[in-house]
Amino acid sequence: MEPDIHKFPYYPGCTLKTTARNFEVSALACAKKLGIELVELPRWNCCGTVFSLTDDDLIHHVAAVRNLIRVQEMNRDGMVEENRLVTLCSMCFNTLKRVNLLVKENPENLEKINNFMYLEDDYEGNVEVIHFLELLRELDPGAISQRVERPLTGLRVAPYYGCLMLRPREVGIDDPEEPTIQGAILAAVGAEVIYNSYMKVCCGSYQTVNDKSAVARLVYDILSHAQADGAQAIVTSCPLCAYNLDSRQKEVREIYPDFEQIPVFYFTQLMAVAFGFGADLCGFDPNQLVPEHLLK
Amino acid sequence: MKTEESIMQRIADAAKAVTRGVDAKDIEHWVTIYIMGRAYKVPADLTILTAMEYAGYRFVRGVGCRQGFCGACSTVYRKEGEYKLQTGMACQTRVEDGMYLVQIPFAPAEKAAYDISKESYDASVFLKFYPEVARCVSCNTCTKSCPQDLEVMDYVQAAIRGDFQSLAEGSFDCIQCGLCAMRCPADIVQYNVAQLGRRMYGRYGMPVPKHLITRLQEIEAGKFRGKMDQLVAVPREQLEKLYASRVREAD
Ligand code: SF4
Ligand code: SF4
Ligand code: SF4
Ligand code: SF4
Ligand code: FES
Repeated sequence: MEPDIHKFPYYPGCTLKTTARNFEVSALACAKKLGIELVELPRWNCCGTVFSLTDDDLIHHVAAVRNLIRVQEMNRDGMVEENRLVTLCSMCFNTLKRVNLLVKENPENLEKINNFMYLEDDYEGNVEVIHFLELLRELDPGAISQRVERPLTGLRVAPYYGCLMLRPREVGIDDPEEPTIQGAILAAVGAEVIYNSYMKVCCGSYQTVNDKSAVARLVYDILSHAQADGAQAIVTSCPLCAYNLDSRQKEVREIYPDFEQIPVFYFTQLMAVAFGFGADLCGFDPNQLVPEHLLK
Repeated sequence: MKTEESIMQRIADAAKAVTRGVDAKDIEHWVTIYIMGRAYKVPADLTILTAMEYAGYRFVRGVGCRQGFCGACSTVYRKEGEYKLQTGMACQTRVEDGMYLVQIPFAPAEKAAYDISKESYDASVFLKFYPEVARCVSCNTCTKSCPQDLEVMDYVQAAIRGDFQSLAEGSFDCIQCGLCAMRCPADIVQYNVAQLGRRMYGRYGMPVPKHLITRLQEIEAGKFRGKMDQLVAVPREQLEKLYASRVREAD
């Protein structure tokens, strides 16, 4: 039986429309299977990418607040009846949630931003920013496993969290030391979950632009520890982490010639495999390393 | 240069009906405008462009079509007692009392050279030629300054995420006046980004119209050559008659 559909406002972000399309495609398909319709915000703009830590730098919070206003508009126009804005990219999640928190806690800043955007409706501070993983955590126990058609039995997967889902604490969606939110999903689709303490070490983020070898060293630590614990694949929910963990393996090999490559996926891609979706919805990149039994 | 000037003069003369030949005593409503800081009293129903001509300025640049299409007559102004800096096309904007204005006949802007047949049809093309698009802070200043009322910020955002169709459609009515770029705190040249996007969309995104291909083949095969040669040979008077009596769709 197909579940009742619940609509949520959904913020994709630029990367999911460009280099991480496979994340969006697989996530939307899995969501639908679980009765969640992610309705894309009309006229959304880039979230601003990085949360500005300068507390009077309000212009860099305008972009995020403008998106939150779009959520209000969707509710006003009856597109959704839901104030929780769902994100997929960990970076968008972090930026939007932190700005939301900042303006909720500082009415004076919110007023200034609202005045600056005098052509828009005022943001009233009623939107909540959540990550898709949080929605999945709320589902009835068994909701995911019930829909599994091809359990990932025997596949050993290490969930990678990085920074943005867990830190700072006031926006984190899980225990910053012992996160389980991705692992629980992997377990529900039949995979064997490999936990290790490197799953929350920073991947080097934007250092990847200027200092590839610094990132390669971090990536090596993260991946080789997971491998030592038996992992055959890594999953993440951040396009930048995925890029660093995957594409920098070339540089890792240059520094550590013994390093064996390991595939990196979005958690939604493995869900899509387990739900029995076709290759188009799983979104494997033709050049990507995919363990053979995932392709069967 | 000579012919160009005389054409410009003819167009200016054609517009004189509204600025000349009316006795000042017959004009009921006057406003004071400040052109580069100097006050002029002008009839209230003029556009900025005709008002400046009324005041004695003669345009050799910063004017073209006089119809709001060419994008040459960009103007910025502030009204007395108001903090907002406003923008408009001089040929389309009526003068208002207390307007302080100046013309922006040229917008210095970076314009990339590229061969669209060699570029990949995705967002990376914008980052390659106009990397500053990534600096957009979504302040919407560009939209507020657009005399064509385009959603300029939305089309810049569409470029960032490689949505060529929204970019092309959203920027279709751009007249390249340059005002958005003059106001952008991120130094983005929106209209050049948009032009690149429309070109890419035209080449890779839009379906190829079959009838156009057929027609081009017909033209190349010489289907219309005879008729065209006939027309070219016809004397002017007869050509005018032919033009007036042509079959045309109802207006
Ligand atoms: S964080 Fe990245 S993907 Fe998300 S909207 Fe901002 S720039 Fe785009
Ligand atoms: S988009 Fe910019 S250049 Fe184009 S018409 Fe509007 S303000 Fe002028
Ligand atoms: S003015 Fe510049 S920074 Fe502001 S929204 Fe427009 S393009 Fe972005
Ligand atoms: S808003 Fe004006 S005064 Fe403030 S930083 Fe920008 S340019 Fe300077
Ligand atoms: S003169 Fe062409 S737009 Fe004003």
